[in-house]
Amino acid sequence: MAKIKTSKLSAGQRTVFLCHGTGCVSNEAFAIRKAFEKSIERLQLTDIKVDFTGCHGFCEQGPIVFVQPEGIFYAHVSLDDVEEIVYSHFRDNKPLERLMYKDPSSSEIVPYFKDINFYKKQRHIVLRNCGRINPERIEDYIATDGYQALQKVLFSMTPHQVIDEVKISGLRGRGGAGFPTATKWQFCHDAPSDKKYLICNADEGDPGAFMDRSMMEGDPHSVIEGMAIAAYATGATEGYIYIRAEYPLAVNRTKFAIKEAEERGFLGKNILGSDFSLKIHIKEGAGAFVCGEETALIASIEGRRGMPSSRPPFPTQSGLWGKPTNINNVKTLATVPLIILHGGKSYSQTGTEKNRGTSIFALTGKINCMGLVEVPMGTKLADIIFDIGGGIPNGKKLKAVQTGGPSGGCLPANMINLPVEYEAFANAGSIMGSGGMVVMDEDTCMVDVARFFISFTQSESCGKCVPCRLGTKQMLNILENICQGRGNITDIDLLQNLAQSIKVSSLCGLGQTAPNPVLTTLSYFRDEYEEHINDRRCRAAVCTGLVTYSIIAEKCPGCGLCIRECPVQAVTSSGKKKPVILDQSKCTKCGACFNICRLGAIAVK
Amino acid sequence: MNSAFTREINSILSDFSQERGNLIPILQHVQEKFGYLPEEAIQAIADFLHVSSSTVYSVSTFYTQFKLTPLGEEVVKICRGTACHVRGGPTLQRDIERRLSIKPGETTKDMKYSLETVACVGACALAPVMIVNNRVYGKMTPKKVAELFNGKN
Ligand SMILES: Cc1cc2nc3c(=O)[nH]c(=O)nc-3n(C[C@H](O)[C@H](O)[C@H](O)COP(=O)(O)O)c2cc1C
Ligand code: FES
Repeated sequence: MAKIKTSKLSAGQRTVFLCHGTGCVSNEAFAIRKAFEKSIERLQLTDIKVDFTGCHGFCEQGPIVFVQPEGIFYAHVSLDDVEEIVYSHFRDNKPLERLMYKDPSSSEIVPYFKDINFYKKQRHIVLRNCGRINPERIEDYIATDGYQALQKVLFSMTPHQVIDEVKISGLRGRGGAGFPTATKWQFCHDAPSDKKYLICNADEGDPGAFMDRSMMEGDPHSVIEGMAIAAYATGATEGYIYIRAEYPLAVNRTKFAIKEAEERGFLGKNILGSDFSLKIHIKEGAGAFVCGEETALIASIEGRRGMPSSRPPFPTQSGLWGKPTNINNVKTLATVPLIILHGGKSYSQTGTEKNRGTSIFALTGKINCMGLVEVPMGTKLADIIFDIGGGIPNGKKLKAVQTGGPSGGCLPANMINLPVEYEAFANAGSIMGSGGMVVMDEDTCMVDVARFFISFTQSESCGKCVPCRLGTKQMLNILENICQGRGNITDIDLLQNLAQSIKVSSLCGLGQTAPNPVLTTLSYFRDEYEEHINDRRCRAAVCTGLVTYSIIAEKCPGCGLCIRECPVQAVTSSGKKKPVILDQSKCTKCGACFNICRLGAIAVK
Repeated sequence: MNSAFTREINSILSDFSQERGNLIPILQHVQEKFGYLPEEAIQAIADFLHVSSSTVYSVSTFYTQFKLTPLGEEVVKICRGTACHVRGGPTLQRDIERRLSIKPGETTKDMKYSLETVACVGACALAPVMIVNNRVYGKMTPKKVAELFNGKN
C-alpha cells in the first residue's frame, strides 16, 4: 500500500495571506498580492512570504489580508494601502490600526481574527480549510490530513463499512431536501449494473447563496476526496462535477485540483495502488436554475434540454445514460472525509437528534456582517442573525428571514427562536434549502419579495408541465397588479388557491415549491397585502407605483447634497439656503436623495 | 461560409469526440470564440454530432447562456439574485436601463453595450452587484454607476 507523503504547513513562517475568493478578487486582490510581493522584495524583507487562500467567507470586508502566525486581520485593503502595511507592520513591527476590522455594533477595533464575533461564534467543521490553506497547492490539503480518509477506505474498509460509518454519522444531504446520505448510497450500491456514476451537484442555483462556490474555491480537494469515497462506497467509476458557469474562479480551481489529484494518484486508474479507479469530469452549467434538480441535471450532462423527468425511477436506479447514479451536493461530499477520518460517532455528537452535524449558510441582505456561516444544527436563527451577523444595520428592525431561496419561505421576526433543523423550517412553511439566508428589514416590502420570487421561478420554469408554466405566470400577473396598486381584495384568495394547486400538481421540485414564498408571506404578512390593495400603500416604500417622494421645505436648508446624488437631475436648487425643488415628472423613485439626506427633509409616502 | 470561419469551427470541433454529451461544451466553446452562436456553426455542430440542426437549436435556446445574435462590445450584466434585490438591485437596473436606453436582452444600435440580467454570481455579500465584461462591481450606488459610465464615455 502506498503511503501518502505528508508535509507540515509552513507553520511559524511569517506570511501575508491574500483572500482570493470571488468577492475579494473582484476588488483587485490579485493586483494587491502582486503589490505586496513587490514591496516586500524592495525592502528585502526576505523572511516574509506572500501567499493566498480561498474565500474566508467574510466577503463584504474584502479585500481581506490576513497575517500569520500573529493572526492579524485587515479589512477593505486597497492597492494604495499596501506600502503602508508593509512599512508599518513588517518593517517597523507596528500592526496598522487604521485597516483593522471594526466591529459594526461596538465600533471597536478588533485586531485578531480569533476575536472577531462573526467567526468566534461559528463552528468551522466543513469549512475548516477555507481561508486557511492555499487551494491551488495539494500539499496544503495533504498537510491537514487530506486524502488520509481515502487511503483508510481503500485499504481497510469495505463499501458496506463505509456506508455504515456514514449511517452512524446521521449525515443528511445538504442540497436542500435532507435525504439521508447513507440510504441513498445504499440504493446505488445495491442497484445491479456494470457501470455506475457519481455526480457532485455544484449548480448552486439559489440566487443569494454562495456556500458551494466558496467550498469549491477554497477547498476543492475536500470535495474531490469526498467524491472518491462516495464512488468507492457506491461502486461508481466515473464522476461528474456539474458546476455553474457563472463561477469561473471555482471552475478553474476545481479543474486544477483534479489535475493535481490525478498526478498524485488520488484519482485515475488504480488509486494509490488499489484496484479502485475513478475518473472525474467537469461539466459547466449553462444558466438554467432547474438544472440543479437532479433529473434535469442529468439531462443537461447528456447534452439535452435540462428538463426534469418524473421519478421513479430514481437516479440511483436509472440515472445518467440509464445507469445507477448517485447525486450529492458539494457540502455533503466535503463532509464525508471527516466522517471517515474521525468516525461517524464523532460527527454525530454535533447537532441534534434528527439533525446531526453542522449547517452552512450564506448570510446576506440587511445584516451588518454578511458572509458564510457554519453553525451546529439546532442553533437558533436569532443567534445567527444577532450574535454572528451583528444584527440589522442603521438601527432598523428585523422584519423577516428568507431561507431556501425560491423554494423556501419568509419567516417573520417573531419566529427567530426557531432552531436550524429540516423539520422545524418545514413546519413553519419554509425549507432549509441548501443554505441561502437573506435577512430583511422594515425597508423590505414582503409583497414585492413574493413577486420577485415568482418572477424568478416563472422565468426559470422549464415549461414541461402546465401548473408550473402557466400557474406561476398567473400568480405573477396578480402580484404585479397588487404591487402597482391595481389589486383587488379577492386576489388574495385566488393566489392562495393557485398556490395550492401548483404545489400538488407540478412535476418537479421547482413547481412544487415555487408557491412557498407567496404562501408564507400571505400567512405571516397578510396585512401588507391588504394595505397594498385597500389603501394603495406600500409601507416599505418599495413598490414604485405606490410611492412619492417630496421635500419638506421647513427642514431643507438647501445644502445640495441630494442635488448631486440624484441620477436624473430631478432635484434642483431654488437659490442659496432655500429648500430644493423636486420635479415629480422626472423622479424615478430611486430613493437616492432620501438615503443621502441626514436632516430628514425628504418625505416618502 | 468563408474558409477562415470553417477552419475556426473545425478546430473547436477537433477537440471533441462525436458524442451527444459534448453538445453543450461545444456550444460553450463556440460562443466563447465568437461571442454568440452563428447560424452556420449550428449546422456544423449538428453534422459533427449526427443530430438535426433543430436539436442543436432547441438546446441552444433552452439555456440562457447561449446567444443567437452578436452582443455589444461591453456586456453589462445586472444581478437579479435575492441578496441584490433587497439591497437595491431593481433601482440599479432601472438606472442602467435609462442610461443605455435598452432593456435586458437588448443591444444598443451602435453595438457598444448589451444589457443582461444574471441570477446571482455568488458575490452576494457585495450586493447590489453588476458585471461588465466579466469584471464584478459590488456595492453599487447611483453615484458609482454614474462614475463608471461617465468615466468610460
Ligand atoms: C428546482 C430545484 C433546484 C435544485 N437546485 C439544487 C442545487 O443548486 N444544488 C443542489 O445540491 N441541489 C439542488 N437541488 C436538489 C437536487 O435535486 C438533489 O436533491 C441534491 O443535489 C441531492 O444532494 P444531497 O443528497 O447531497 O442533498 C434542487 C432541486 C430542485 C427541485
Ligand atoms: S444575489 Fe447578487 S450576487 Fe448573489
